[in-house]
Amino acid sequence: MREFEAVIGLEIHAELKTSSKMFCACDASFGGAPNSKTCPVCLGLPGVLPVLNRRAVELAARLALALGCRIAPYSIFHRKNYFYPDMPKNYQISQYDLPLGVGGELILETEEGPFRVGITRVHLEEDTGKSVHVSESGRIHGSEYSLEDFNRAGVPLLEIVTEPDIRTPEQARAFMMELKSIMEHLEVSDCKMEEGSLRCDANISLRARDSGEMGVKTEVKNMNSFRALHRALRYEIERQGEILASGGEVVQETRHWDADANATTPLRTKEYAYDYRYFPEPDLVPLELDAAFVEEIRAALPELPAERRGRFMSEYGLPAHDAGLLTSSKAMGDFFEAAVDEGADPKAVSNWMMGELSAYLNARSMEIDAVRVTPGQLAAMIAMVDKGIISGKIAKSVFEEMLETGKDPEDIVAERGITQISDQDELQRLVTEVLEENPASVDDYRRGKEKALGFLVGQVMRKTKGRANPQLVNELLRRGLEE
Amino acid sequence: MEALHNLKAWEIRDILSRGEVTAVEVLEAVAERVERVEERVNAYITLTLEHARSAAEQADAALRGGKMLGRAAGIPMAVKDVLCTRGIRTTCASRILRDYVPVYDATVLEALRREGLVMVGKANMDEFAMGSSTENSAFGPTRNPWDLERVPGGSSGGSAAAVAAGEAIWSLGSDTGGSIRQPAALCGLVGLKPTYGLVSRFGLVAFASSLDQVGTITRDVRDCAFLLSLIAGHDPRDSTSLKVEAPDYLAALRGEVKGLRIGVPRELMQEGLTAGVRKAVEDTLKVCEELGAEVEEASLPHVDYALSAYYIIAPAEASSNLARFDGVRYGYRDEKGEDMMEMYGRTRAAGFGAEVKRRIMLGTYALSAGYYEAYYGQAQKVRTLIVNDFRAAFERFDVLVSPTSPTPAFYLGEKVEDPLTMYLSDVCTIPVNLAGIPAVSIPCGLEDGLPVGFQIMGKVLDEPTILRFAAALEEALGFREKPDSERGVKP
Repeated sequence: MREFEAVIGLEIHAELKTSSKMFCACDASFGGAPNSKTCPVCLGLPGVLPVLNRRAVELAARLALALGCRIAPYSIFHRKNYFYPDMPKNYQISQYDLPLGVGGELILETEEGPFRVGITRVHLEEDTGKSVHVSESGRIHGSEYSLEDFNRAGVPLLEIVTEPDIRTPEQARAFMMELKSIMEHLEVSDCKMEEGSLRCDANISLRARDSGEMGVKTEVKNMNSFRALHRALRYEIERQGEILASGGEVVQETRHWDADANATTPLRTKEYAYDYRYFPEPDLVPLELDAAFVEEIRAALPELPAERRGRFMSEYGLPAHDAGLLTSSKAMGDFFEAAVDEGADPKAVSNWMMGELSAYLNARSMEIDAVRVTPGQLAAMIAMVDKGIISGKIAKSVFEEMLETGKDPEDIVAERGITQISDQDELQRLVTEVLEENPASVDDYRRGKEKALGFLVGQVMRKTKGRANPQLVNELLRRGLEE
Repeated sequence: MEALHNLKAWEIRDILSRGEVTAVEVLEAVAERVERVEERVNAYITLTLEHARSAAEQADAALRGGKMLGRAAGIPMAVKDVLCTRGIRTTCASRILRDYVPVYDATVLEALRREGLVMVGKANMDEFAMGSSTENSAFGPTRNPWDLERVPGGSSGGSAAAVAAGEAIWSLGSDTGGSIRQPAALCGLVGLKPTYGLVSRFGLVAFASSLDQVGTITRDVRDCAFLLSLIAGHDPRDSTSLKVEAPDYLAALRGEVKGLRIGVPRELMQEGLTAGVRKAVEDTLKVCEELGAEVEEASLPHVDYALSAYYIIAPAEASSNLARFDGVRYGYRDEKGEDMMEMYGRTRAAGFGAEVKRRIMLGTYALSAGYYEAYYGQAQKVRTLIVNDFRAAFERFDVLVSPTSPTPAFYLGEKVEDPLTMYLSDVCTIPVNLAGIPAVSIPCGLEDGLPVGFQIMGKVLDEPTILRFAAALEEALGFREKPDSERGVKP
């Protein structure tokens, strides 16, 4: 495998966060009873005409600018013609050779340093409906009948195409995570891969390392998570590598990632071998964006993840690793800053978020915006630790309960009666008791066995069910032993 | 006085407002006429007399109550069956939409309903507006009221025949390459194709989106101007609709034509014209001069390529526009196929007629990878040259004129087996659609007892000038001919 390197380009589709569809006034939000969010226009009834959604253009321009693209002063829409029952008109309105944005880039911060991925184009198109094939496989072949839901038909989509600059599955995943974070910061898309509002296809080929030539590529579809993207590309590199190593030839084809089988399988040719017969959409006028419109959008661009990362490092003194993780999604960064605004120490907030909070989210495949704990509650809990009201160890169990129930930390501590014992007289009494009950350990310590101290601390903790202030116990024990 | 069903819309409005007649009486006169001649003419696919009666009754109630009468009220109208009518089937004369009932009204229908529309029915046409004779209809051909052995022209043949036969007072059609002007010419009527974008296309079932335009068929220029004023204007639901205020077209009819500069493009007076058409047009040019207009030869050097370019562009757009008729969501479906692809194939094979299939195949071919530049790309360049030709000509001339159709009405069956000959029927009208300019056809004479049309073309949005000129010419020509009762239907 050593002699090959992969050449990977991504094609990403993101549903834009507009309130209405791209060419009609229907509700563009996710969900709803099948076909409840439709009208004659998005159903493609005879005689209807499209009218472009201004908001979709603004959002598309926003992303294109954030990726450093040039905004075309003149772009047009084409019709992409092919028959499929989830497409009401049997053509999709899409930009083609004159897209809205061209020639951008995205710089990834990797462990090997900055890595640049060129952005070929950013364009607008409409989404299709959804087919439900009634058969065992859920695929159209062999299904008895199919049902169509046109709620998504006509929802505005952004297509982002990268240059074939990506070399590894890790870079591909890092690119997607950064792009997702950028789109979240720009508020252009919900970026929910599981709802299909963010999708990614990859073109991948292998070539002799640094040969400069391009090998035969395959297109991999149906990767609906970052993990799927990573695994599918890893699989495909291995598969193509084996073919090439044994002197074979890679077949140019579209392949479907099957997460259950952990493999890519070729799609039947019939499913994708179309001549799309693109031609300019005569029902729409050219999209002409003047400089003032573009500048207005540029001026209103919010802080992007890369800038935010830098600011988290300079303003809050976080290490690069922390800053990277906390800006991997807009919601993470927002949560962090909200907790810091409540007066908590930035590094403490970061530690809790990267430790317990992330573990909790990962274990449940949850997004932070679904978590029950508020930034204010996390800040309050950190304050309780700082003030010595609870120990760090107890704080962990309190935080667990906060995550499960959404209760305030103060209430949990009060209910459980787990306030830390910092009362010197009470602790002194217990320390004296422990010293008397464990003469052997006392002797050990006095003969230079430091370890014995830990045992004695443990004994005090046992008597207080862990509520004793550990620093104070240490101090009192040492004093008692050295007397 | 003329029979009620033969009056012009403005005459009916006059007598309605004076209380000399009721809207119901007018409608009943037309309904009786339908009863008498429709079997022979076949102008309609669907009659909607019940709707028409209730609209007429409302008009009468308004009149009795001294209320404002809607501007379309009391005037029985035929509407080409390519315009969507809510709750009333809209077939496009195709088997594939034989039982299709739209859930919404086309914008022009909405506008007319607000003005009290009395719709007699949905008029016959060539399937999906593809044809020049109304023989390509799944509901049988329409016949020309001037001679029942002959075609009324097309594709708006039903709209023209209904007005010519007294089965409607006026009508709406659509014109992609001459589909209003040519049948108006062949039926002795006034047909207007407005500037592209002046009238909303929302609800007009698309044939060729960049060429289609809704227009009017009337008995005189005054009715034409009046009906245009009811349907013109910006529609936010149509992105290609022009953001302009429609002027007062009736007011524009008054005024001088003296000194008007009239160009006669020699390319539109070449071979293919019958002797009678040539003579009628030349006589009309003399009348223009008598009116004080300056008539000169003009040239549109690239217009010879218009027909070729049109038969690439229109089928290309049609192949895409008609893709939605697939049996999945509405319309006819052939259930016998084994799988989805076969269902598509069988549905479309049985649902579409021969001419529609021919154009879908032409258009699909023209857009195919490897052929696009040679066909569609080239045709678009030709279109640009034609646009420029007209622009240059309109720097010298106020209007351009030509025959509307090179021949008067031809026999049923005469050209239907020979598509290329049929396509030549539109050789004078097609350039106008490619250029997006307005043009009106008015009757200017007879050849062997059949009407000949005279086409007046204007600058973009210059309907006021072509209508003013048409009105003056109409008055000077004094065309009063009526169908001959031997060959056609009694007036």
